[in-house]
Amino acid sequence: MPKDGGIGSSTKRREDVRFLSGTGRYTDDINLHGQLYAHFVRSDVAHGKINGINADAAMAMPGVVRVFTAKDFEGVGGVPCGWQITSIDGSPMQEPKHPVLAEGKVRHVGDPIAVVVAESLGQARDAADALEIDIEMLPAVMDMKEAIKDGAPKVHDDLSSNLCYDWGFVEDNKDAVAKAIADADHVTTLELVNNRLVANPMEPRVAVGDYDMANDEHTLYTTSQNPHVIRLLMGAFVLGIPEHKLRVVAPDVGGGFGAKIFHYAEEAFCTFAAKQLRRPVKWTSSRSEAFMSDAHGRDHVTKIELAMDKDNNFTAIRTETYANMGAYLSTFAPSVPTWLHGTLMAGNYKTPLIYVNVKAVFTNTVPVDAYRGAGRPEATFQLERVIDKAARERGVSPIELRRQNFITEFPYATPVAVEYDTGDYHATMDRVLEMADHAGFEARAEQSKKNGKLRGFGIAHYIEACGIAPSNLVGQLGARAGLYESATVRVNATGSISVMTGSHSHGQGHETSFAQVVSEMIGIDATQVDIVHGDTSKTPMGMGTYGSRSIAVGGSAMVRATEKIIAKAKKIAAHLMEASEGDIELKDGQFTVAGTDKSVAWGDVTLAAYVPHNYPLEDIEPGLEETAFYDPANFTYPSGGYACEVEVDPDTGKVDVLSFSAADDFGNVINPMIVEGQVHGGVAQGFGQAMMENCAYDADGQLISASYMDYAMPRATDLPMFKVDHSCQTPCTHNPLGVKGCGEAGAIGSPPAFVNAVIDALHRGGHKVEHINMPLTPDRVWTAIQNS
Amino acid sequence: MQNFEFVRPTSVADAVAALKGDEAQPMSGGQTLMPTMKARLAAPEILVSLTAIDEMKGVRKDGDQIWIGGGTTHATVARETAESYPALSSLAGRIGDPSVRSRGTIGGSIANNDPSACYPAGALGSGATIVTDRREIAADDFFQGMFMSALDEGEIVTAVKFPVPQKAIYQKFIQPASRFPLTAVFVAHFGDTVRVAVTGASSDGVFRWTEAEEALQGNFSADAVSGLSVSAAMMISDLHGSGAYRAQLTKVMTQRAVAALA
Ligand SMILES: Cc1cc2nc3c(=O)[nH]c(=O)nc-3n(C[C@H](O)[C@H](O)[C@H](O)COP(=O)(O)OP(=O)(O)OC[C@H]3O[C@@H](n4cnc5c(N)ncnc54)[C@H](O)[C@@H]3O)c2cc1C
Repeated sequence: MPKDGGIGSSTKRREDVRFLSGTGRYTDDINLHGQLYAHFVRSDVAHGKINGINADAAMAMPGVVRVFTAKDFEGVGGVPCGWQITSIDGSPMQEPKHPVLAEGKVRHVGDPIAVVVAESLGQARDAADALEIDIEMLPAVMDMKEAIKDGAPKVHDDLSSNLCYDWGFVEDNKDAVAKAIADADHVTTLELVNNRLVANPMEPRVAVGDYDMANDEHTLYTTSQNPHVIRLLMGAFVLGIPEHKLRVVAPDVGGGFGAKIFHYAEEAFCTFAAKQLRRPVKWTSSRSEAFMSDAHGRDHVTKIELAMDKDNNFTAIRTETYANMGAYLSTFAPSVPTWLHGTLMAGNYKTPLIYVNVKAVFTNTVPVDAYRGAGRPEATFQLERVIDKAARERGVSPIELRRQNFITEFPYATPVAVEYDTGDYHATMDRVLEMADHAGFEARAEQSKKNGKLRGFGIAHYIEACGIAPSNLVGQLGARAGLYESATVRVNATGSISVMTGSHSHGQGHETSFAQVVSEMIGIDATQVDIVHGDTSKTPMGMGTYGSRSIAVGGSAMVRATEKIIAKAKKIAAHLMEASEGDIELKDGQFTVAGTDKSVAWGDVTLAAYVPHNYPLEDIEPGLEETAFYDPANFTYPSGGYACEVEVDPDTGKVDVLSFSAADDFGNVINPMIVEGQVHGGVAQGFGQAMMENCAYDADGQLISASYMDYAMPRATDLPMFKVDHSCQTPCTHNPLGVKGCGEAGAIGSPPAFVNAVIDALHRGGHKVEHINMPLTPDRVWTAIQNS
Repeated sequence: MQNFEFVRPTSVADAVAALKGDEAQPMSGGQTLMPTMKARLAAPEILVSLTAIDEMKGVRKDGDQIWIGGGTTHATVARETAESYPALSSLAGRIGDPSVRSRGTIGGSIANNDPSACYPAGALGSGATIVTDRREIAADDFFQGMFMSALDEGEIVTAVKFPVPQKAIYQKFIQPASRFPLTAVFVAHFGDTVRVAVTGASSDGVFRWTEAEEALQGNFSADAVSGLSVSAAMMISDLHGSGAYRAQLTKVMTQRAVAALA
């Protein structure tokens, strides 16, 4: 039994006290003296030339302080992109300028054209109506395949085409893969769409810029998953403010799901305008604005081929993907369809030859970037769908086909450049089939049939790469950043501890689980440890939270810093007990000397560090505070088996999800309750993608799912009670906690399980439907049945 | 939202007078009007709240009909017709969520005549009478296409009177995002006559499926409808369903309604 508050215990989340009692402090709760309000005037057309903007009437409206347009940003940098991809021919990706406010052209519905800053938000909005903007409409570039044809209208006139890059991976394997496919006994081919999604965190984005003239200091309060990254990108590339004059604070943040990783124009605007106007400037996104200004997710169109020998061993995989970048490159957009996607195409399977081609395309849509899972859901979906189709074509069980091709020996170097350290895929498969009562499925299917319904069973098995990542590796891959994490452990005189982490919590419960780790290492009560995050003036330079990296990378930095603390504390304890340092042991907050009954408490040692009267000052400095930066040796590789049971109503196409089981291998688990919550949330979002959510544009580039009237978010009543389990544990071999990360797994592994279950149900009902593009709305399922 | 003047009369007469003002508009629950104003798609200069008018509230028996004040919330209707008219109660109880039901009103819904709203199907399917500050209008004459009704400028729905069928049911198939009906059918059996009203499906708004009514009059069974079909041509086609799909839902929901009642 883990001790309460220690590693492995389902301690209740301490942050929930403030979240659930309405006493959290979110960015929108921050109101500064003399604050002005910014209202962004956004394009209502997808593509157009700005012939002129006349702000005279708007400027004359009550309360208006200033109207900003692109002209005000001459000499200010564009919003930068943090990852460069190199095309097959060796050329760097095409990287257009992303101005803070549209220059000359608007490129998507929602592209900001001007900002009205006024004494009140109402006044700013009223004045915006008086702004005269003359826009000449241009043809919208919407379809990716059309967009890269010769003569297609261009999103960026100064680029050679709408093709951002054409990436081949691993290019050296291309011919061998082609040969293996040509020689294969059987090739299963599937064309599919990974639907565009809107992240929809509960809290919309907010930015408050403040400027202290006396000290020439800027502060930006923002809804961010990584304040240090924002400080670096905005300070160095957009506004030219050195780090020591720029503080970025991301206080309580109400969900991010990726969309709050990126540096956005609104952040730069508020910081810039606050200095120009010498008053704080606040912007709060409306929900409607969020739909057209938060980076979207996914939006891939893919063809995948899976080659097999006569015994159904996988021999090769080849994919061709068109990845939508939207109108501009968002911060990490180029990395998502490439390194976060291509490297995962081996899945759990020992396919010797793999080739991935990705064409990234500019269109007149909102920029697309990482969304929970980022690239890995796209890879998993292709693979887990094509395997199901292959099993059907070969007349074998999709479960057995997977098992037969599972990787079983570790470490395993895939043909797509990564090395899995541990895993036991048969174990998670066994476990999930047991949880889902697979054995009893046929009887349940019979029962459904009697009720006029079609029951289906869907299985998916995923691998993901988390804990991004070794900095030298990602540097070679084009990242313009390091991906270590930092922690400072500050032990106070009485023994209580503040941990300053570069990770950021926006719903993940770090304040609870991180405290569990540090307190367990020292053997004190978890309430003695506080976690501080989200303020560049308090925490060491850190890369923030995304990619399920916080416990694996941020937690490891914290462990390293705590180890340094313990080492120093042992020296002090040795001095206090007049013993040799090598004989000191720390257990339950007591230092003892091995083989004696001497002991000194944690609090006595920490006090000695700050009141060094009896202290080895000649050997060590007073104080007890240590910082560690941890750069991981490898990614971590969580994996798992997901099973889903559905019932389809053939008359309406409506799908009811009857059960969902998840057997995940996350390695060691710090707080099981938090881990389960993360899986619940991930699976709910995976369900949303598979069954409901669809960010849709019409041919003219109008966003037709621009509110909750048309963008379908899942609700609790749409979902069954999930069965989740993480008892299969193969600890990560290269980080000190043996942890792998759990934040994205649900969103990565579940979409193919849902879709496989529906397709299975249809086949059982005699409807030969090979694929339905997500989301599997009733209309789409019914139409597929009609066309089968 | 733009600035407006706000008045809150306590009688229908005062409300009608207030609505004579320039750019005046009535507001009941505001569940439709407020979002429209926030999106700056409506900007009334005078907002005349109908929520303080007692004579427009409540549910009571009126001969063999049920009288429901135009200002009665969905939640109240759901609660107070649970025994007298269960099908209507169940319709009201499934509109939106608790906060929508606690504010939104039957009068606002009927007056708005959203092509996907529930009450128009309940009123048309029941053969209700719409009572206004100046006249009574049969439901058959009231609903005149998407967001269009027989109401004149400044005319207020003060009540709706429902005849109570022998049996009735509301079958709602929800649009996954808004949870309004994608297509919903209200079937009412009055002994000698059957009424079938369909909402969410047609680009002309709520309509009576007369072919089905005739077929069911002779044979009140799901089979009676199996040979029929509604034309997909007049159906709404959008992100959530093609015209053909809505035509299918119209039939399936009707069959399920009848099967549940038969
Ligand atoms: C989240 C959500 C979900 C919803 N789901 C559903 C659903 O599933 N089914 C459904 O049917 N509806 C649904 N609605 C709409 C809801 O039922 C509204 O309350 C209703 O359509 C309008 O009623 P109201 O009293 O709020 O009208 P208001 O918004 O106040 O007014 C609507 C319009 O009617 C006019 N008006 C108001 N009262 C009167 C009157 N007495 N006489 C004349 N004109 C009047 C107003 O001027 C305005 O033009 C939903 C709304 C929301 C916000």
